[in-house]
Amino acid sequence: MKTVEETKAAIEAAVPGARVEIVSNPSVSAQHSLLIAPGDALAVAKFLHDDAELALDFLSNATGVDWPDKEIAEKVKVTRTVVKTVEGVEQSVEETVEETRKRIEPGYLEAVYHLYSVAKKQGPVVIRLRTVNRSDQVELPSLTAVWRSAEFQEREIFDLYGIVFTGHPDLRRLLMWDGFKDHPMRRDYVEPDDFEYEPTAHDEVLARAVAHRNRDQRSEVRVQEDGATL
Amino acid sequence: MVEEALKIELGKQGVFVTTIEELYNWGRRNSVWPMQFGLACCAIEMIATTMARYDLARFGAEVFRPSPRQADMMIISGTVTKKMAPQVVRLYNQMAEPKYVIAMGACAISGGPFKQGYNVLKGIDRYIPVDVHIPGCPPRPEALIEAFMMLQKKISGQHLTGADRPRHLDAAQQGEFPVPVQGAHDLEPTSNKGVWTVPVVIQ
Repeated sequence: MKTVEETKAAIEAAVPGARVEIVSNPSVSAQHSLLIAPGDALAVAKFLHDDAELALDFLSNATGVDWPDKEIAEKVKVTRTVVKTVEGVEQSVEETVEETRKRIEPGYLEAVYHLYSVAKKQGPVVIRLRTVNRSDQVELPSLTAVWRSAEFQEREIFDLYGIVFTGHPDLRRLLMWDGFKDHPMRRDYVEPDDFEYEPTAHDEVLARAVAHRNRDQRSEVRVQEDGATL
Repeated sequence: MVEEALKIELGKQGVFVTTIEELYNWGRRNSVWPMQFGLACCAIEMIATTMARYDLARFGAEVFRPSPRQADMMIISGTVTKKMAPQVVRLYNQMAEPKYVIAMGACAISGGPFKQGYNVLKGIDRYIPVDVHIPGCPPRPEALIEAFMMLQKKISGQHLTGADRPRHLDAAQQGEFPVPVQGAHDLEPTSNKGVWTVPVVIQ
């Protein structure tokens, strides 16, 4: 079985210009994965499938990951000139101050494919594809043409994460109904507020049941006020 | 009305005395054919109940009918997802009166372990009237038989006239229930008016 580095080198040798990055996994399992640019994904997938040495003929799992926008706080040392009164005399002094700067790292959606070789009894090779952002540029190439078993799993990812797979033969929602608008596995998904009856509520459910009750009471008050003004 | 002791005495003499109400309920009670319809793992217990070891046929639930037109009882056996709920209500509407519903298992009565999920209905009793609820995950076949016997008791206790007469003898009562629409975020409405009201939680 090739290591991730060897697989990366093999891909780069076989698919000219393919942009491949290694995403290392610092945990004990050390299951590193390959981040592939969406534009090259189909060619790389074909190579992984057809290569005699890798022969990754079995897609065991395809799933999605949502990476929301991240706010990163960095401490930066800034040198600036400050006018200070030292011993009764005004002087301009160079001063180094630590400043916290915040920047927002845009989020993205990710599709992760776990590949095995039944012929060679080896695997897994994990490949990842990332979208540009989480809102309007969410297209990724479908790998159904290479691994037939990707069809339903890509439909599921489309349903729950909202990644649009271009070239998919039948991209419809799989688990939710057609008219459903949300993508429930996204981190910012808001569940329907149906906490009106929670006989044994505790913890998070209790908090939501209380919030629901308060909201209802507020609405009743508003109706009464409207009635009074009318 | 004939007294019970007199009835037995007459029976010994070869005279059979009854009332239309009793005869009607006897017929209704002992021939409740369930619909052949399973939703999740509770359906496996339901199937076991119909087989030789438990034999639901002893109670008159003889044949599972594959069509709602021929069925008298619906056993909601398992998780009702929001995607499935409109079909369940539609099947119930297609059944001929008199019709009965047993909600079997934690999911069917309340959503069960999936209650806080975005995709599971928190109890089918929000859309259609349920006669007997059975808790359990899944309930044992004995529990389903108990529920069935409870339904039989309920039927035999009904009077054919008066305010508490069964729904199918009361023209003013609705026999069909609105099928929820699958909306953009949730089912609309989230429960049928008059079928389900929010129970009061005593804390």
